[in-house]
Amino acid sequence: MEILFNPVKLLLATAKDVVPVLALLVFFQMVVLRQPLPRPGRIVFGFFLVLVGMACFLGGLDLALFPVGQSMAAMLTENVAGGSAASWTAYGWVYLFAFMVGFSTTIAEPSLIAVANKAQEASKRTVSAMGLRVAVALGVAVGISLGTFRIVTGTPLYIYILVGYAMVAMQTVLAPKFIVPLAYDSGGVTTSTVTVPLVTALGLGIASSVPGRSPVLDGFGLIAFASLFPIISVLGYAQIAQLVARRKGRMQ
Amino acid sequence: MQGINMPMLMLRQAGSSLGKALLGSCRDLAPIVIVIAAFQVMILRQPFPEFFSIATGLVLVVLGLTLFVVGLDMGLFPLGEALAEEFARKGSLLWLLVFSFLLGSGTTVAEPALIAITREGARAVSEAGLIPDTHESIKAYALGVRLTVAVSVGVAIVIGVLRILRGWPLPYFILSGYGLVMLMTLFAPKEIVGLAYDLGGVTTSTVTVPLVTALGVGLARTIRGRDPLMDGFGLIALASLTPMIFVMIFGLVVH
Repeated sequence: MEILFNPVKLLLATAKDVVPVLALLVFFQMVVLRQPLPRPGRIVFGFFLVLVGMACFLGGLDLALFPVGQSMAAMLTENVAGGSAASWTAYGWVYLFAFMVGFSTTIAEPSLIAVANKAQEASKRTVSAMGLRVAVALGVAVGISLGTFRIVTGTPLYIYILVGYAMVAMQTVLAPKFIVPLAYDSGGVTTSTVTVPLVTALGLGIASSVPGRSPVLDGFGLIAFASLFPIISVLGYAQIAQLVARRKGRMQ
Repeated sequence: MQGINMPMLMLRQAGSSLGKALLGSCRDLAPIVIVIAAFQVMILRQPFPEFFSIATGLVLVVLGLTLFVVGLDMGLFPLGEALAEEFARKGSLLWLLVFSFLLGSGTTVAEPALIAITREGARAVSEAGLIPDTHESIKAYALGVRLTVAVSVGVAIVIGVLRILRGWPLPYFILSGYGLVMLMTLFAPKEIVGLAYDLGGVTTSTVTVPLVTALGVGLARTIRGRDPLMDGFGLIALASLTPMIFVMIFGLVVH
């Protein structure tokens, strides 16, 4: 994201993102449904907070995290590629870094926090917000490290996706029904403000430094992994929780 | 005395909930800070460049996340849910679908991450020689992909809302959708496949996701016979799926 740390520019860019949504909602509420806004002062203040919050968040990311994260991706792969022949085991540090980046960016992801809280509320606390977030974060972590493995070895993307979705199909049949739509949503939710730029930089950086890989063909695709594996991990989490509950019931 | 105590009480309440929210953000952001710091210091053994700007950045990130989450709870969620409930009550299907389409496509088109990635993607495609390497052609291509993605998200939200209203099970849509994606992968030019797959994940932005989720859960809660947890979710999944299909169709048509 090319948002320079210029506060006014940043606020304007964020406003361009947020104001259309507000306008749309207000238009529908007042013109189409012809209802007054419930507690308009609070709503406008809330939107203002969202605007300022997002601007601060993005500015802070640009200032602190992205430069460091991108240079780290470059440095890590340089370290490895400079040395021995490109055997895939030599890239262990890269996989570990990818795993940890995937996990930690997902925990920090604002939209996931919002959705997890909603899920806890909608399920009347059957689903725990923190549990869901950790399950998703683990899924993203595994997905991204697997994805970097794919970039290093150069195997085609669609094979992984195919196998992944076969797993999802199998799990969908076996998992408790109530978690299925939420699990499917988790994949799309996680790939957002924090994760996408860092992960894309990681992918392009690795694809550029590993000998024999082209950024265009191999650098993309990490986001797809990051969207797929959380589905598997959330479905798995529900399946395990169900098994545990069943076993507890049998022992009593 | 009453007149003085009330504002003090409210201020104290606001202060404590803000404090709680700030602590929550610190806890949420700690992992990524620790990961990057640990790797930087232990593995790469490099000193931190420009410590001051990083510290400022971190403070901003924590503050920003807090304000964002609080603002969502105060403004975005209540409005989205109120709208959903009123649509369901008033019973006007057409307006609901129009709203859903506009919500999906309108919020997607202006999204900074999408603008950035389509620009990078167009540049990469021109370097690969699929389109002429001129400024206009790259801009036009990027715009084309962006509009395609926006339309696809609008369509996804419409389908998703219909699904909530009719109670159709989600897995059928998702799995047949991915079947379609597999099929298209075979036919589409391979330079656009990676980009198409990633676009599916990118489009669901920080602002749209909570709002769309609030819409879905609000609808499911108001309509009789629908369970908020089972039927309210699934819109994001659809919105991550359709861009892949539409962008690959775009790739097929243009090349």
